[in-house]
Amino acid sequence: MTRYANPGTEGALMGYRARYDHWIGGAYVPPARGRYFENPSPVTGKPFTEVARGTAEDVEAALDAAHAAAPAWGRTPPAERALLLHRIADRMEEHLTELAVAETWDNGKPVRETLAADIPLAIDHFRYFAGAIRAQEGSLAELDDDTVAYHFHEPLGVVGQIIPWNFPILMATWKLAPALAAGNAVVLKPAEQTPASIHHWLSLVADLIPPGVLNIVNGFGVEAGKPLASSPRVAKVAFTGETTTGRLIMQYASENLIPVTLELGGKSPNLFFDDISAAHDDFYDKALEGFTLFALNQGEVCTCPSRALIGSGHYREFLDAAVERTGRIAQGHPLDTDTMIGAQASNDQLEKILSYLDIGRQEGAKVLIGGERARLDGELADGYYVLPTILEGHNAMRVFQEEIFGPVVAVTSFDGFDDAVKIANDTLYGLGAGVWTRDGATAYRAGRAIQAGRVWTNCYHAYPAHAAFGGYKQSGIGRENHKMMLDHYQQTKNLLVSYAPKALGLF
Amino acid sequence: MDAKDEPGGGHGGPPPARVAVTPAAAELLRRLGLAHGALMFHQSGGCCDGSAPMCFPVGEFRTGASDVLVGTLEIPGVPRPVEFWMAAAQFERWRHTHLTVDVVPGRGSGFSLEAPEGVRFLIRSRLLDDDELRRLDGADPGRRADQHRPAP
Repeated sequence: MTRYANPGTEGALMGYRARYDHWIGGAYVPPARGRYFENPSPVTGKPFTEVARGTAEDVEAALDAAHAAAPAWGRTPPAERALLLHRIADRMEEHLTELAVAETWDNGKPVRETLAADIPLAIDHFRYFAGAIRAQEGSLAELDDDTVAYHFHEPLGVVGQIIPWNFPILMATWKLAPALAAGNAVVLKPAEQTPASIHHWLSLVADLIPPGVLNIVNGFGVEAGKPLASSPRVAKVAFTGETTTGRLIMQYASENLIPVTLELGGKSPNLFFDDISAAHDDFYDKALEGFTLFALNQGEVCTCPSRALIGSGHYREFLDAAVERTGRIAQGHPLDTDTMIGAQASNDQLEKILSYLDIGRQEGAKVLIGGERARLDGELADGYYVLPTILEGHNAMRVFQEEIFGPVVAVTSFDGFDDAVKIANDTLYGLGAGVWTRDGATAYRAGRAIQAGRVWTNCYHAYPAHAAFGGYKQSGIGRENHKMMLDHYQQTKNLLVSYAPKALGLF
Repeated sequence: MDAKDEPGGGHGGPPPARVAVTPAAAELLRRLGLAHGALMFHQSGGCCDGSAPMCFPVGEFRTGASDVLVGTLEIPGVPRPVEFWMAAAQFERWRHTHLTVDVVPGRGSGFSLEAPEGVRFLIRSRLLDDDELRRLDGADPGRRADQHRPAP
């Protein structure tokens, strides 16, 4: 095991500054109204830095800088934009461990995840879009002997991006990499729960990015997010969050006639067919880990496999093994590499999870393990910790229908394929799903029948670049994590060209 | 819980309320009302800050035919009753529960008005009892937005 020192203490790999302003036009700029807010670490519940509390004036200044930078940036050769992304990736790789520590301190998630997933995925994501933009080509259509339609990709200009708190650096990367690759200038608002780690990232890469191409305005949704999302000066808004704010952002976008991409969460089913238990081999072990992945990132994942549907033929046996596996999840200091589950990101997140455990019990869900706040010792005593929890019930319960965004899985059984798909699809959402079976045909048919944008088949929670990610139903609009995201950040310019010397003859 | 239900009578009276507010949440609504004017809630679903009530100035969030007015909170000191809305599809999955708007120390909240105060609205729930369910689902299946527009 390794136990990384808390940021800013003796032996620490990194330290946060005492204060972060807005990053506008390639420099730190104090907030126009001079206000800051404290940022606590979920690990301890104690503030460790303060962050600019942005308002419309700050957003306007950032938009000014972005508009000043966008024309030149949009004309840079793709090779130059790709090189920027590669250099960012290389710089991140050189500082991978300290970025992982910084992210854990701001968000509360265990460092074993930030080391293995968040930061490596972000690095690869920049490299992926560096490659994608180099390989992107327009098209031409030869309409007749003298007429050609050329299609060019052009950047949108200045885009607004609103980042969630569950993977602060990775989710910023999912939005930044395609936007920058496509030649846009960006105004980005980090989540107010996790406003700091992106600034540590920025401290590592700021010298690489032309001034104004990336601008970061911190603050609260209503004070800084809203002026950004509703501004007539952005050509597109990208948002990851929840349904009501997603609707509000679409409403603002309709006023400005601009596109949006939205990623709005889910209640993802994880299906475990009977044949998994035919042998207690590596695959069985993998499936049990697949069940337990509901606790990844403390369950604060839009695609958390928060509904486990288990075939009735092996229901009790598999569930017993899953409970036993869940009981082995190590909870502890998030900066200890042995820790598997860290702190929830904020106090209100903790309270919301506890409120769902309450209504789950009232509705008759049986608590098989966990079911309460975890009380840890020492400096962790005031952190926001929840025990990994398995609830057994039926799909009409609120805990089966609403995203709890905590380490809570709701379990029920199904009788055969049709019942499995019916329960899986009985949800408002359609972001992720998991299918576990030894039978290829069952896997294929279930994957196609489930109404979700991503169906992990005999795996879960993998997020490689080049696999499209996005929602069906109320889970959003657009597909991230894939070169098709470039289309969400580009206009199509058609030049319709005649090479014919003669007039039409109409006039 | 110190929840204060809306007025609502016994048998034969008006149907019981689906939504209530705690004294702490009522006090916060009074403060927000002074700063922002008339207020409304829309219950969010899904990711991150979701599964939580979002508080907006009236008119900020457009409700439509896909929404249900779940209840109206009459709060002393708040000039206009605070309407509580939810997407109709979500309401169908919540309608067997009574909701109480509470407030806890917290941080983010989408574009909800209270976040800069360092607090967060939160829903606490209980099951409606048989009598409440019979009276509510008989009399008030939830008014759709197209049947009830907020006054301008």
